[in-house]
Amino acid sequence: MRLGVFSILGLLFLSLAVMTSSAQADGVPTPQIPKALQKTEKGHAELMRRNHMDLMLHKRDKTVHEGIRGKQYSLKACVSCHAVPGPDKQPVSIKSPKHFCRACHDYAAVSVDCFQCHSSKPPSSAGLVNLLEGFLKR
Amino acid sequence: MNIDTENRESTNTARRNFLAGIAGMAGVSIASGVTLFSFAEAKEAGEAVTSKVRWGMLIDTNKCEDGCTKCVSACNKENGIGTTGRAETDPQWIRKVQLRDPKTGNQTSLPMMCQHCAEPPCVDVCPTGASFKRADGIVLVDKHSCIGCRYCMMACPYKARSFVHEALEDQKSHAPRGKGTVESCTLCVHRIDKGGIPACVEACADEAGGAMLFGDLNDPKSEIAKRVAKYASRQIRADLGLNPGVRYQGI
Repeated sequence: MRLGVFSILGLLFLSLAVMTSSAQADGVPTPQIPKALQKTEKGHAELMRRNHMDLMLHKRDKTVHEGIRGKQYSLKACVSCHAVPGPDKQPVSIKSPKHFCRACHDYAAVSVDCFQCHSSKPPSSAGLVNLLEGFLKR
Repeated sequence: MNIDTENRESTNTARRNFLAGIAGMAGVSIASGVTLFSFAEAKEAGEAVTSKVRWGMLIDTNKCEDGCTKCVSACNKENGIGTTGRAETDPQWIRKVQLRDPKTGNQTSLPMMCQHCAEPPCVDVCPTGASFKRADGIVLVDKHSCIGCRYCMMACPYKARSFVHEALEDQKSHAPRGKGTVESCTLCVHRIDKGGIPACVEACADEAGGAMLFGDLNDPKSEIAKRVAKYASRQIRADLGLNPGVRYQGI
């Protein structure tokens, strides 16, 4: 009887542990990817997971040399939608391990040098603050 | 995979007409009859720049006051150029220059920055192709391919370029800058691409004498083209044949 109670408790703790850190599921650590602030088109995550570096490289040359400045595949748009609120409710910079880009890049041990020059935080605007607040309430 | 999403064929002409309409209205609404730049050339965000446009600047030194540095501070603020406390190695995109005629004692003050040459020597010497001229005449550094050799800095007769010596933080989103690369005035390319005018020109018009005029030299209807056609203006070191896009009046 006592054994039964312990085993049930044990199971409960185990399942709790699994629920709180899904990253450890199946015993394989996977990166904890922060949620984006806005929903985009279907297949965006799958496309970006594999191709973000190529898409951004292409976009970068178009922007710098030809002055084509659309939102699509722009680094500014990436860091704006993937902003992660810090303890002060402001978007964190690349210095924080919570930053969206770092979540995967730290895991894969691939260094990002974009942010030596580029801002890792979204351009400050009231709209973004509202967006972040909405996200925190979610 | 087709990653070129800018489909030229499907360009929405209705939107373009709408924009042209707005531009027309805005042009009229500037009451003083002075349009600071040509609205007609405003391009759509997804469109590439063309050589139909040649951006330029006309600086009237008679209206440029001694000791006024409004353009310099506006540039620093716009592009996030701070000081390290070591002035000798601080980057500088625009500076004020004082000229004095020793025979008459006459003094002239003028802003000096990248002159956006038609034949830029910085582009000629760049070993990686990082220093380049955009189709619309703006001379830029592609910092993705700049190796920081500083050859362009030596080639520039206007001393317009700076090297970033120290690691930077909190750069502006619209003006990426970083250690180990060369930089210079971009004519506020991020503003121009949205149909705006450079920060220095704006600050000079709003807070100082309005000595700077920005516009399209190729458009005969633009204020700048009319002014350079009517009044005598000079390119600094015109003898070098670089055909700078920045011209000066009163020197």
